[in-house]
Amino acid sequence: MQGGLAINLMHFARALRAAGLPVGPGKLLQAVEAVEAVGIGNRADFYWALHAVFVNRRDQREVFDQAFHVFWRNPDILKRMMGLMLPTIRTEASDRQDPLSRRVADALRGTAPEAEGPEKSEIEVDAAFTVSAQERLQEKDFEKMSAAEMAEAKRMLARIALPVAEVTTRRHRPDPLGPRVDPRATLRRMLRSGGDLADLARRSRRTRPPPLVVLCDISGSMTRYSRMLLHFMHAVSNDRDRVHSFVFGTRLTNITRHLRHKDVDVALDAVSAAVADWSGGTRIGTALHAFNRTWARRVLGQGAVVLLITDGLDRDAGEGLAVEAERLHKSCRRLVWLNPLLRWEGFAPKSSGIRALLPHVDDFRPVHNLNSLAGLADALNRDGPRRAESLRKWLKEAA
Amino acid sequence: MPNTLPASVDDTLDLLRRGNYVADRSLATALYLALKLRRPLFLEGEAGVGKTEIAKVLSATLGRRLLRLQCYEGLDVAAAVYEWNYARQMMEIRLAEASGDRDRDALAADLFSERFLIKRPLLQALEPDPAGAPVLLIDELDRTDEPFEAYLLEILSDFQVSIPEFGTVTAPEPPIVILTSNRTREIHDALKRRCFYHWVDYPNAERERAILAVKAPNADARLAAQVVGVVQSLRGMDLYKAPGVAETLDWAQALVELNQLELEPSVINDTLGTLLKYQDDIARIQGSEAARILAQVKTELAASAAR
Repeated sequence: MQGGLAINLMHFARALRAAGLPVGPGKLLQAVEAVEAVGIGNRADFYWALHAVFVNRRDQREVFDQAFHVFWRNPDILKRMMGLMLPTIRTEASDRQDPLSRRVADALRGTAPEAEGPEKSEIEVDAAFTVSAQERLQEKDFEKMSAAEMAEAKRMLARIALPVAEVTTRRHRPDPLGPRVDPRATLRRMLRSGGDLADLARRSRRTRPPPLVVLCDISGSMTRYSRMLLHFMHAVSNDRDRVHSFVFGTRLTNITRHLRHKDVDVALDAVSAAVADWSGGTRIGTALHAFNRTWARRVLGQGAVVLLITDGLDRDAGEGLAVEAERLHKSCRRLVWLNPLLRWEGFAPKSSGIRALLPHVDDFRPVHNLNSLAGLADALNRDGPRRAESLRKWLKEAA
Repeated sequence: MPNTLPASVDDTLDLLRRGNYVADRSLATALYLALKLRRPLFLEGEAGVGKTEIAKVLSATLGRRLLRLQCYEGLDVAAAVYEWNYARQMMEIRLAEASGDRDRDALAADLFSERFLIKRPLLQALEPDPAGAPVLLIDELDRTDEPFEAYLLEILSDFQVSIPEFGTVTAPEPPIVILTSNRTREIHDALKRRCFYHWVDYPNAERERAILAVKAPNADARLAAQVVGVVQSLRGMDLYKAPGVAETLDWAQALVELNQLELEPSVINDTLGTLLKYQDDIARIQGSEAARILAQVKTELAASAAR
């Protein structure tokens, strides 16, 4: 293979890696082989050969496609790199108005050869997040973050795993120290030794996390949080099975299927297209009523844990809220209320919506920064009483 | 001619009617196609609309055996398909030892023969039957978990079961499979793809009166009309759990037991527990609301009688 094409392939692979595809040197070697096999006479063959090597999941196709078209538009790599800094690059990518294309463009910018100076500094700014900066970020309120901090927080959010205390199922797995005898395995063991009684094979019950249902408020008062919380919901949905997500403002929308996209940008785009009532008023009672009527039986069937994320500021002044909250509370394993208002020291549960909700939740927690979300993971993971101790204080204050 | 499958949609309707089941045409069509094309029929709907009843009626009118598998979370192969009879196998080993027979391979082959196999509903459904393939009812599939659903895929598409120690059991004639679900969770698309789907809805007033006439013949016609009227208007209200057909029948039977010839508000209040199963709903309907509904129903019935 000519050196030029191999080097270009290397740059392309690095661009893909920067755009978030798992591309290592092994993949690059395969790509070189693949291109040698199909030749470079036909652009479509060339495209699909690289596609076969670099793409191994459906949600990577978009990124690959855009990167390919941006990268191989101009065969002269140096000129192309210069072209990247000119607005012309936007014309090809921006007629689709995709957030992805921005990501791809950023990634391509990072593949510039060493000589390209000015772009490097920008990258270094990104890498300059030291540990202490991270710690500051953990504590920082979502409401007060700059755009760059938001981006970093989103990256950290994507790594949050949300364990929920596992429940035993009726299925078994082999376990030498298990409490039950496994007759089938025991018998096969006996046969191996020609019918003599061997050791008893044992088994224990499997555990699995219960389903999780997230109900998130996206009304005006929650605007600064709802974007971050959607990122959180996306991370959780892609981390485990049986997660159902709903958002509500003046009405309830099921966004479970939209969040299943592995790529967070695609997922959030789908969500914003599906939801009509961003940043409007809140009707918590109506939304919970809709949930109880249409969805509760369908998603709470197997002992689900419910996360209700709202500030409790209700346009209907808590009307009909208590009844619906009680119904919801009685049909799930645990109802955890996450409230961003709790970050203020002087928070008092005085609004009518908050007072209607409080008696019917099992736990009441803040949700305004990364640390509170991490703390939530601990809260959901402990095997304690169903109702949290801290709730007593709040109920006393609300009385 | 009990044993032949229906030859048309009308035939299917007649067949169900012989079993005292008043079906609407859409359901009969789905059932006819499922029988004709030998596909499982997947029935989804609210509790108490008569999903399970269909399988029972089919087995009775076609003279087939009914095999029922009630699903629950954690249902596994040992409870649904087959299990080895471990106690008997152990005895067999001991007997072989006592008689000094030490041929290991022969013993192993014998131990895992049909004698020691306990057959559960799914395996029984694949066995040849002189009366024709049995009716297999897989009830409330939504209560199982995903692993069991995935296991069903093989059975429902090829009608065969693989038992590692024994071999593959294939049905000579596929059973008539009815799956029901209350939709407490969504069933996976891969499973639905193998079935014909029908959403069993609440019946309209006319069909519900027909059902009452068949199932509760000792109820006075006027009472039956009023009962159906009240139930129909309750379903139109925003209740947490609307009454199903089963509740209608229970209520009619209860009123007959109480020797009622006509509905009164006080009687409705006393017997509401046969109809509504949530305290919130009962509290909403009891008293003035019940009286209002009843008055409305009575005027409507009077108007239609005058026409």
